[in-house]
Amino acid sequence: MHAEIASISSTAVEPLYLTFSLAGQDYAVPIAKVQEIREWTRVTPLPNSPRYVRGVLSLRGTIVPIIDMRLRFQLEEKPYDSFTVIVVVNVGGRLAGLVVDTVSDVVRIGSAERCTMSDFEGKTNRAFIEELAQINGNLLIVLDVDRLLNVEDLATGAGPSEQ
Amino acid sequence: MAIDLRQFHQTFFDESLEGLAGMETALLRLEKNPSANSTDDRETLNAIFRVVHSIKGGSGTFGFGWVADFSHLLEGLLDDLREGRRTLDKAVVSMLLRTVDCLRNLLDAARGNKMVDKTAVENVTQALEDLRRADAVVVAAPSVDSKPDSAQRWRIAFKPKLQLFRTGNDPWRILRELALLGEIKVTCDSTALPAWHEMDPECCYLGWSIELTGNVTRAAIDEIFSWVVDDAALEIAPLAEPTTPVAHREAHTDAKPTMVKLHGPSLRVSTLKVDTLMDIVGELVITQTMLQQTATAFAPKDLPQLLVGLTQLERNVRELQESVMSIRLLPLAFVFSRLPRLVRDIGEQLGKQVELRLAGEHTELDKTVIERISDPLLHMVRNALDHGIESPAERRAAGKPATATIRLEAQQKGGNVIIEIEDDGRGLDYDKIFARAVEQGYASANARPTQEQLQEVIFHPGMTTSDAVTDLSGRGVGLDVVRNNVRSLGGNVEIYSRPGQGTRFTVRLPLTLAILDGLGLQVGDQTYILPLVSITESVRLTADDLQSIPGGGEVFALRKDYLPLVRLHDLFGLAPRSPDVSHGTTVIIEADGSRAGLFVDEILGQQQVVIKSLETHYQRIDGIAAATILGNGTVSLILDAGGLIRLAYAHTNVAAMRRPVAPLAAIAPLH
Amino acid sequence: MATILTADDTATMRQMISFTLGSVGHEVVQAPDGAEALKIASTRKFDLVIADINMPNMDGISLVKSLRALPDYRFTPILILTTESQEERRQQGRSAGATGWIVKPFNPEQLLTVVKKVLG
Repeated sequence: MHAEIASISSTAVEPLYLTFSLAGQDYAVPIAKVQEIREWTRVTPLPNSPRYVRGVLSLRGTIVPIIDMRLRFQLEEKPYDSFTVIVVVNVGGRLAGLVVDTVSDVVRIGSAERCTMSDFEGKTNRAFIEELAQINGNLLIVLDVDRLLNVEDLATGAGPSEQ
Repeated sequence: MAIDLRQFHQTFFDESLEGLAGMETALLRLEKNPSANSTDDRETLNAIFRVVHSIKGGSGTFGFGWVADFSHLLEGLLDDLREGRRTLDKAVVSMLLRTVDCLRNLLDAARGNKMVDKTAVENVTQALEDLRRADAVVVAAPSVDSKPDSAQRWRIAFKPKLQLFRTGNDPWRILRELALLGEIKVTCDSTALPAWHEMDPECCYLGWSIELTGNVTRAAIDEIFSWVVDDAALEIAPLAEPTTPVAHREAHTDAKPTMVKLHGPSLRVSTLKVDTLMDIVGELVITQTMLQQTATAFAPKDLPQLLVGLTQLERNVRELQESVMSIRLLPLAFVFSRLPRLVRDIGEQLGKQVELRLAGEHTELDKTVIERISDPLLHMVRNALDHGIESPAERRAAGKPATATIRLEAQQKGGNVIIEIEDDGRGLDYDKIFARAVEQGYASANARPTQEQLQEVIFHPGMTTSDAVTDLSGRGVGLDVVRNNVRSLGGNVEIYSRPGQGTRFTVRLPLTLAILDGLGLQVGDQTYILPLVSITESVRLTADDLQSIPGGGEVFALRKDYLPLVRLHDLFGLAPRSPDVSHGTTVIIEADGSRAGLFVDEILGQQQVVIKSLETHYQRIDGIAAATILGNGTVSLILDAGGLIRLAYAHTNVAAMRRPVAPLAAIAPLH
Repeated sequence: MATILTADDTATMRQMISFTLGSVGHEVVQAPDGAEALKIASTRKFDLVIADINMPNMDGISLVKSLRALPDYRFTPILILTTESQEERRQQGRSAGATGWIVKPFNPEQLLTVVKKVLG
């Protein structure tokens, strides 16, 4: 399954987000930063890289790094299956693929849906969280995509990557 | 509708600089053989004149005041020269060469790259004017219009001569233009019209008398008749008292050089190359249509047809690839052309006599490579002039001809271009180099490196051996920068020297940046590509050949040397097919004068790959140069031999390798 | 719209002229020197010729003379490009049969005005 997200115009008031799930928790990223969604395919591993950088893929001729989001958030690793999806994000011209369990929905998040951080206690690194929202009783963690792709954070690890 | 002139700026600058380069070459030639053939010289001077004339015209149009003024002045001198009013002697040539530099600077300033060095320009201008003073031709300033300037009513009598039409002029147009200035009343005078059978339809027999009403200036009317004023009897007179004359002299606004935002790097391409490209694309379209048709309602009997189509497709694509690559190819002449001037100027400055011999300037390289190799090449030539070549007295004492020779030769060999820069000077002073290497910590005083190693070490930072840092070879622009530049282009520099006889630099460059000749290597379940240039040979080792080093690492003997073994599996965290070296192959790689053995499962075969950047969306990884996409769509990493060797040394205890035979012990690894 | 032949050894000038006149719908053909221009002019008839004076391989003045000798070009408007200081060249051009001149440097608007004037 390849799906390219057509540019859905989002108003400044209530922007659109793509939601996906990881280990039972729902997350959201702004639709404006999502370039496309792809099914999982074998990647070429990169030596001397962090564990969560699984490798690189060719995206119509461009070499794009693929980040395993479970590993990025230090969650339990899960074997990839037919539902595993790569969300390709574009942050200021830099591309990266995020491996997630499943992609759910496109939702609007406005002031009605947003809630405060102070109530939140989660395992996810708070540095990546942009804000929190609640839709239909479900907690949604809105991610700061720019931070996820921050170059310093993607610095080479000390040793070779493990399989 | 205002047309933005800035889109033409790039072409103007390109063309002007090209013209100046030609002018410089021509001047150098004229200087060497003055008046060998005077008609040729006249034609050369004419060509030089046209270059400056064009620059003057263009800069005027685009409002580059400094350039326009300077070229206007220079044009005057050139006109004198080409008309024979002045002779071309050495002083004039030197002057003209200075003006070339000045114009280059002014053009650069106009392009927005630098500030105009006003003092420098004034100096040259002054010198130029001094030179011309004797034959100064005073250009008459346009005469002030003394006739009445503006009136409410004008009377114009216009009687064209018979042959007016033969200049393509048409009275009807003129009358129409007058009508635009104000209200006109026209009376036609047909008295000169002959009888029908005598009339020549190509002649103008008619005349007109026009009364023009409106607030019209004399200048406006003159303007309309300016073209035909010689081919007609013309009378223009105001009918009423002129209103207070509005002295309207529009000075030529000397616009300040505009900061031009260029559209990015550009390429001047021969139309022939573009036409070829179009042809190939045309063929591609045909092939595509054919394949499409075959695929629609495909039946097994169509298979041969399909295969034919695919073969055609492969051919089209290959031709397209070559054609597009060739568009980016420029001849080395672009770089070589700066050298005669450089050699002449520096030779004079240093008091050395040097003859420059160039060969192979038609050899082509990718545009980016040419741009980035230019400075390194110039630097190496400077080096030769500065350090390598002796003074004429020294040379005679050594039994050499007083005039030294610097030879630059380029040739294409396979997928590479080899450029040799050779001089017949004093060669490398190995003692001095050794001393400096010890100073800089690259060698120890008690273990003198071999000649090869000393040749290698001069590429390390800080290795300049001149006692005074002359600004010729540049402060801090050592050979290390040169080699880095060349390496960053995927090439390499080597040096060879014989004391007393001379030095030769050999620069190897890939023909194109985008395509690489590589060797496929299987490591575990991954395929890697190793650039062919980095490979010297491959061997099959046995476990007995390996020796462990206390402190880490393995080495093996290759003829007289010991090389470290790099197990690519370990480095990359992959599972090998077998850890036993005799089950795989060891590829001997070489970079920067060091070698290592790369243990892999299998050598797959040579292939040409398209280089894809890893850094665009990720970042650099040590040991990995770039990536490519294989035929099956998967990504394959391209190895960086230099990086791998460095990693190998980092993991291998080099200090423990101190043996008299080991070539690498005396020089500490670079990074 | 008209067909215009422009001859100038400066690519910048040719491009500017071509673009300017092309933008109002004229068809412009370029030639880098007088000889080439004459060759092109002999194979098809243009409504207007604009020629620089200083060109290699036949300058503007000679081009005007040669064009006027061609039957198709006896009455065709021919404009020469000249600079202010080249008064006598201008006269030479006129004597050779040029219709008129355009003074360099000029901007696109000026060019359009003159061409409009000449083509009518």
